[in-house]
Amino acid sequence: MKTTVTVNGVPQTRDVEPRTLLIHFLRDALGLTGTHIGCDTSNCGACTVLWNRKAVKSCTILAAQADGGEITTIEGLAPDPAHLHPVQQAFWDEHGLQCGFCTPGMIMVSLDLLKRNPSPTDDEIRHGLDGNLCRCTGYQHIVNAIRTAAQRMRVPAVAAGGD
Amino acid sequence: MIPAAFEYVRAHNLSEAVSLLAHHGDNAKLLAGGHSLLPMMKMRLAQPATLIDIGCVAELRGIRDDIGSIMIGALTTHDELTANAAVLSQAPLLAETASRVGDIQVRNVGTIGGSLAHADPAADYPAAVLALEATVHLRSAGGERAVAARDFFVDLMTTAARPDEILTHLRVPRRPPGQGWCYMKLPHPASGYAMVGLAALVTIEGGKCADARLAITGAGPKAVRLTKVEAALEGKALDDATIASAAQQAADGIDATDELYASATYKNHIAKVYAKRALAKAVERAR
Repeated sequence: MKTTVTVNGVPQTRDVEPRTLLIHFLRDALGLTGTHIGCDTSNCGACTVLWNRKAVKSCTILAAQADGGEITTIEGLAPDPAHLHPVQQAFWDEHGLQCGFCTPGMIMVSLDLLKRNPSPTDDEIRHGLDGNLCRCTGYQHIVNAIRTAAQRMRVPAVAAGGD
Repeated sequence: MIPAAFEYVRAHNLSEAVSLLAHHGDNAKLLAGGHSLLPMMKMRLAQPATLIDIGCVAELRGIRDDIGSIMIGALTTHDELTANAAVLSQAPLLAETASRVGDIQVRNVGTIGGSLAHADPAADYPAAVLALEATVHLRSAGGERAVAARDFFVDLMTTAARPDEILTHLRVPRRPPGQGWCYMKLPHPASGYAMVGLAALVTIEGGKCADARLAITGAGPKAVRLTKVEAALEGKALDDATIASAAQQAADGIDATDELYASATYKNHIAKVYAKRALAKAVERAR
């Protein structure tokens, strides 16, 4: 079936089977392999992308469901490698990854978390990562990265406020 | 994991969804958020010939604060329930329950209608809607009917809804003055599903318990009310000793099942512990 999804701002139309999962649409049909397949059972969060600006697990959504919708993947965050998104930069600076497998999912869910709550406490950050598993870092550096990203993303708003 | 092949059709409004369901019959399944159905299809535990996607049916969306009750559309996501002003003020038990479902990503997509229709014995909502004495509304080509929550959950993954019926919305009575609430669960450490989930509503009038409603999910094949605990509370002043003594009956009639991760004996014990804790919290909020 013909399926059109706007991915990272670009409308993409492919003819896919109805049973095609969004993760396979992104990775196999579009070649966007930044989004990873981990557990494949909606537990680990490695496949997290934004669907109409909300964090979702793309292994548990049909491409057909997303037809007509907007998807943002990790590839859609930075305009070029020299200008990373503040969350990406914070993961880099705070050593928020080791093997990197969970990282795209961690970053995508962080965007949803920080949109809801621009100043999360460490507890709130940990609660927000409930649906994402990391097997290397012990999470502490990921929490540090998200805290740092939150601080940096708040700075322009403060500057604009005049205080 | 990839589901078995199926035909996909998208319904654009409720009458189209109803007629598609009537046309495709028993071989079709409705797809809302898909967060219960798609995992089963990926594991090939479900292999519907046709999926009718109702995710875009506007009539199934929305929350309305009516006289006497809150109307909650079937496509309301768990996340929407956690933040809706009417739900937070008039059915806070439901908001608290929704906040404990899955994780952010699951709550963004999963719907209350889908979860209720799926009737997973370890789902969170069944305990809450039983305690709230909510009504589930179903629509088919033959018309509309309302089913009380106590009659809706029939058995493991089985509800009173017929294969040609769509769950359109539920109605939850508005919270009476002096009613406290609590939903609390022991989640499975990997899946987050309730090994034992306790919903409690307590109404206090003149210092005494005027109405107590408790329900448990996760322990047995379906969620049930804890009528013995309720009876032990009604008319009493809700001090710690009364709560502790009533909670001792929380394992009565729950038909706890042995699982790989929790024996029936363990679940019976946890039911008593969580009944006590949930009651204490509900009483605190009622005061």
